[in-house]
Amino acid sequence: MTNPISDIEKADVILITGSNTTENHPVLSSYVKRAVSFKGAKLIVVDPRKIPITRFATLWLRQNVGTDVAWINGMMHVIVKEKLYDEEYVNTRTVGLDELKKTVQKYTPEYVEGISGIPKKQLIEAARIFAHAPAASILYAMGITQHISGTDNVKSLANLAMLCGNVGIEGGGVNPLRGQNNVQGACDMGGLPNVFTGYQRVDDLVIRERMEKAWGVERLPAKPGLTATLMMEKANAGDLKALYIIGENPMLSDPNLNHAQKSLENLDFLVVQDIFMTETARLADVVLPTASFAEKNGTFVNTERKVQRVRKAIDPPGSAREDWEIIVNLAGRMGYPMSYSDAEAIMAEIAAVTPSYCGINYGRLEYEGIHWPCPSTDHPGTPCLHVDQFSCGLGVFHAIDYIPPAEMTNNEYPLYLTTGRILYHYHTGTMTMKTHGLNELAPNSFVEISREDAETYKISNGSRLKIASRRGEIEAEARISEQAVAGTVFIPFHYAEGAANVLTNAALDPVANIPEYKVCAVKVSKAA
Amino acid sequence: MAEDRLIINDNEYTFEPGETILQVAEKNGIRIPTLCYLKGASPTGACRICLVEVKGARALVTACSTPAASNMVIKTDSPRVIEARRFNLELLLSSGNHNCLVQGLDMDSWTDFQLKAMDAKEHKTLCPAYGDCRLQDLAVRYRVKMNRFPPAENQHPIETVNPFIVRDLSRCILCGRCVQACNEVQVNNAISFGYRGSEAKIVTKGDRALKDSDCVFCGECVQACPVGALITKDEMHSPGLDVDIKKVHTTCSYCGVGCQLYLHVKENKVVKVTGVENTGPNHGSLCVKGRFGYDFVNSPERLQKPLIKENGAFREASWDEALSLVTERLSRIKKESGPDSIFVLCSARITNEENYLAQKFTRAVIGTNNVDHCARL
Ligand code: SF4
Ligand code: SF4
Ligand code: FES
Repeated sequence: MTNPISDIEKADVILITGSNTTENHPVLSSYVKRAVSFKGAKLIVVDPRKIPITRFATLWLRQNVGTDVAWINGMMHVIVKEKLYDEEYVNTRTVGLDELKKTVQKYTPEYVEGISGIPKKQLIEAARIFAHAPAASILYAMGITQHISGTDNVKSLANLAMLCGNVGIEGGGVNPLRGQNNVQGACDMGGLPNVFTGYQRVDDLVIRERMEKAWGVERLPAKPGLTATLMMEKANAGDLKALYIIGENPMLSDPNLNHAQKSLENLDFLVVQDIFMTETARLADVVLPTASFAEKNGTFVNTERKVQRVRKAIDPPGSAREDWEIIVNLAGRMGYPMSYSDAEAIMAEIAAVTPSYCGINYGRLEYEGIHWPCPSTDHPGTPCLHVDQFSCGLGVFHAIDYIPPAEMTNNEYPLYLTTGRILYHYHTGTMTMKTHGLNELAPNSFVEISREDAETYKISNGSRLKIASRRGEIEAEARISEQAVAGTVFIPFHYAEGAANVLTNAALDPVANIPEYKVCAVKVSKAA
Repeated sequence: MAEDRLIINDNEYTFEPGETILQVAEKNGIRIPTLCYLKGASPTGACRICLVEVKGARALVTACSTPAASNMVIKTDSPRVIEARRFNLELLLSSGNHNCLVQGLDMDSWTDFQLKAMDAKEHKTLCPAYGDCRLQDLAVRYRVKMNRFPPAENQHPIETVNPFIVRDLSRCILCGRCVQACNEVQVNNAISFGYRGSEAKIVTKGDRALKDSDCVFCGECVQACPVGALITKDEMHSPGLDVDIKKVHTTCSYCGVGCQLYLHVKENKVVKVTGVENTGPNHGSLCVKGRFGYDFVNSPERLQKPLIKENGAFREASWDEALSLVTERLSRIKKESGPDSIFVLCSARITNEENYLAQKFTRAVIGTNNVDHCARL
């Protein structure tokens, strides 16, 4: 997030898109609900489903799945045409407006209605509300990024925010809501194929030399590595021989699960380190038991870039060890001794090699976390980014054209499927499904389907359905719901039985390599 | 005296316009007891425990809902104030099954009351809030006796038909904190005051059970309830007065909001989770996963020993054996097929420190940049 969570209550307008906020980020959604209920903020929701937060919305725009660039360009078209943008901001702080203007020219409300299905009057109204706000905050999540055009979608939202002067101000910003507790931290720590900690590039000689010195190694590899999604391809092709998985369960979270299983089985050697025997661990040659979050010290970084402490409350079961200890053990055996007395000592090394974490240490995190960048120990941290200028100088508009999703419906597969989470479960369910009460409230997978579609396909509420895509088929229970719009069904991806990712498409965003979980074409029929 | 000054207990303090007497007092370290007041919500003035004396005012005023005014002269602990608080506490105590500390009743009515209170099968043990109850604390502090108002008949049955929350309205003092928490903090709008007069009760829409209502089981109301009227199921099974419980401040391990929470730990087990109130991002709020989804930690299915697969089946192994095997296989593959034939998948679930070491291991020990996590998935 460019802005802290508390800023949401300071926004005049909040635009939520591709985030089922009340179910996926419940506590953050209360900030939105309070802003609307008690602080007079207006809420615009753009989502293919009539998700619960729409109850608080001034406007709910329903776009066809996978048409985000079109409606965002459409809003900018209106804002440019009616000269509602923040002229001073755009002139002093950004470049590339002319290009953008040219590109959005053809995205008239009529044209956008044709693509996205959003009535032109609603689009114009949304554009005006958004542009008139002194401070407007954009919140988005996987519904924006999990598309082949995911990177384009994100850039388009940034365009919209900059156009109205909303980046770098209190109550504004472009704010991605991270789905998992420490996605932000995994990225910050260099758990990415092209960067070390703090996004320092591996192909930069100066940085590499500095890391070589800090780590006491002669040569670090310069070539960026594979992304997780390409890794599966390489494993499938036999180019990748060994995989060491720490705390992930790609056998349920990967798009196109049938393909993922073949890929993992094709490896010479698979090590999985986890707290449970997950679907992925079952395929492993060696499984190493680790400690849960309650059994270790460390830090997580939340979605607002706040580094917060994790503290050990109990001992791990049996002989399970903390992940860092296991890595230290392995490194030593492989001829590279690592020695740390505890997690705090590791953080000291992180701070030493990472400019944006320089000022962070456990002493300062004792009572409350710190937002990075925090360049020195007397720096208070940075809750709001880009305040006086963008971290890279001027903000750049990216002129972007709409491209349709990779898979479209046809006669054989006439419905769109979109996937996501529900309130009572989390990710692949390895944790939440151990709580009996959560299972009681949300026991099994289901297909959320509109009344119209249910009538068309003669489906009754609660009946077993077979759902098939070009890649596979699953069975799940039909749930007729007001949340669904005709032509699109929804399945949560938590459940191993009725796993939505048997159906989803592994087509990737060319830049971020994110699979298009949010759109694929399916057909439904009654299960035999 | 300047415009924005007032006097509390003979000392002068400044205040900002809009602040209540309670806020001015708290800012200056003067403690005024409260019961119904919920930080972050609008004050309701329901319990009348925070009464203070303001010079010139005929009646005592509630500090939580009375705005500070210049030149006010306030006494927070005068005999009149103390007596009024005691009176109100007695009223609250007598309103339901508060059978923990009843003093001053004669033997017979004491026995009758205890028997009646313990009639419900859920009331066979101590009140689950015993030792952690705001009303009990105040009753002790103000040495409340029960002979002024005989305990009322309280007919509300106990609701247990949902997985997480026990609603025992026979112990509800109608302070309204749960209503504020639900409507003004979480804005789930699932509960409100219903019925009138002596029938008054906290209800869902249509007075249904929680599980058939708009409730999403965030548990904000449970955390807000100052007495034993709203408790978690797990507490009901291991009730009250637990001195061995320690609370550990940590970060939720589910979504990216990163709520601050306390793990309540007893005998190496997590038995309860509450939100940390004085700090962001959540200021005490949690969701159903963060508050109730902790059983996985103590699950018997947790992996306890390293496992090695042999002929298609796992067998237990020592750390030494497992680590040797991993070392040997990774080293050989690195030698035969090169470092780029190895990939490390680190995780959005593990700590920064662990992710840092995972990528350091991949780059410095294996010698490849093949490291990523499932952020994209
Ligand atoms: S249930 Fe608890 S919080 Fe709600 S009104 Fe009754 S005593 Fe107060
Ligand atoms: S308590 Fe809920 S909202 Fe808060 S971090 Fe955990 S999962 Fe997210
Ligand atoms: S705390 Fe002020 S009236 Fe209850």
